Amino acid sequence: MPPTDRTTDRTSLWSCLSGAGPLSERALWGAEASVSLGDLVDGGSLGGRLEELRDRSVLIATRDQLTAALALIELDGVASRLVLCPPDLPAEHVPYVAATAAVDAQVSDRPTPELDAPGVGTFVTCSPKIAPGGCDRSAAYATEWILLTSGTTGRPKMVVHTLASLSGAITGGGTPATPAVWTTFYDIRRYGGLQIFLRALLGGGSMVLSSARESTGDFLIRAGAHGVTHISGTPSHWRRALMSPSAHQIAPRYVRLSGEIADQAILDHLRACYPDARIAHAFASTEAGVAFEVGDGRAGFPASLIGPHGGDIELKVENGSLRIRSTRTAAGYLGDPGEALLDADGFVDTADMLERRGDRYYFVGRRGGIINVGGLKVHPEEVEAVINGHPRVRMSLVRTRKSPITGALVVADVVLNAEADAANGRAVELEQEIMRRCRETLPRHKVPAAINFVPGLTVNATGKLVRRDA
Amino acid sequence: MSVKGSVIAQFEQVAREQKKTLVPLSDDLVLLDSGLDSLCLAIIVARLEDALGVDPFDADADAAFPVTVGDFIRLYEDAAH
Repeated sequence: MPPTDRTTDRTSLWSCLSGAGPLSERALWGAEASVSLGDLVDGGSLGGRLEELRDRSVLIATRDQLTAALALIELDGVASRLVLCPPDLPAEHVPYVAATAAVDAQVSDRPTPELDAPGVGTFVTCSPKIAPGGCDRSAAYATEWILLTSGTTGRPKMVVHTLASLSGAITGGGTPATPAVWTTFYDIRRYGGLQIFLRALLGGGSMVLSSARESTGDFLIRAGAHGVTHISGTPSHWRRALMSPSAHQIAPRYVRLSGEIADQAILDHLRACYPDARIAHAFASTEAGVAFEVGDGRAGFPASLIGPHGGDIELKVENGSLRIRSTRTAAGYLGDPGEALLDADGFVDTADMLERRGDRYYFVGRRGGIINVGGLKVHPEEVEAVINGHPRVRMSLVRTRKSPITGALVVADVVLNAEADAANGRAVELEQEIMRRCRETLPRHKVPAAINFVPGLTVNATGKLVRRDA
Repeated sequence: MSVKGSVIAQFEQVAREQKKTLVPLSDDLVLLDSGLDSLCLAIIVARLEDALGVDPFDADADAAFPVTVGDFIRLYEDAAH
């Protein structure tokens, strides 16, 4: 059930962003439409139907980021729960998401609901054309923000945050001498993008929103035209940007990387391209929140960050992985993802494996063989299940292969039922059959880039495949 | 096959596999306008490493990121020599 601790006059995203800087000078710029924050003082994007969403558990399933942004601004504190659908949420998971979050209203920017959520009675359209009225945003809730992240089975994990946990790492605020114009290659419906959205709004700035329907070059030109000062993306986003002739269309003061391991090469490339910018790589995850930011231009992070320092965050390394305890971690999961979010001491195990060299720690990969392809997580078991469904396959091991473009790629080691199959010229044919099978059932980034036929795989005493951590 | 031939063959092969429409390749075509996305380019780089035994991105982190198809081919030609 959604939370029921109703009080009046809570702070909300709207009240916080209103207090952070003059609204009329700030805007959200999308690829196809834009909204001045000043217009939200006397109007709204929900066609005057805000009251119908008060106290509700609302699924925000929009095509564009701008309309999702407006719905978040208008509904935080008003709705009891906001479920933020990422753009690629498979339709088959919608009934689970809606039922688990007890969703009873849907907001979309299409004339009909974007997602088919059974039993959700109220449907409200959200538009970047701001209509007068419908803007009593008096806040009664510390609204739950439900973020979806990929789970082992393909079914999304539903991570519970509030504005307070999401904005815990955002300091400063006030009105800087030159207001910041933020942007990110990310979609704001994922944790990394949402951080940037909240930084822009709560820091008194404006934001340029990216669009899946826009090329990297066009996005950079548009960001440059709006005078972007702060910009964030994964190392893979940045590698792509640096391959664009439009990389020089922006002149940012601050360049941020997160979501993947930032290696020295990408940090050096960015330094060369943007010599005047402050370049920082941050560690954050949907569950653990923002942990830290490294600004010295070097890969990895100082070992001195580990251990108790007082303050609102503590990092430790246990069994080789980074664990985080902070006020910015999620409150928990909705539903039963089959695992606890916090360990007994209140730490989130990030499953990101560390290696210490001298006075620094370096990220070396993920425990359990989870593969990060350009910021998108791949659980090897999910891919192995598809490969193992081929009648000639005995078993398979899906693992990571380093990529200078996307950070990592998926590759598979496959053991066939009859070893002769791999040798007798059937190999190429079988490889193509397995690939076809994967392409038919898996999203592109999960399909192995290569299949190697191997004579055997190591299985441990408990009968599990031995995966190399990292 | 020449290095250039190998590179172009991989572009065509991966475009087919990934169901992407490849723009006619020329030296000054911008890579990001070729019809291939980052995932395609990542697969091409991995396959070229297997085929040619070189990963020019790894070998020389100082080299600028390739912007055009010509830049990309030159990276491999230089690394192969």
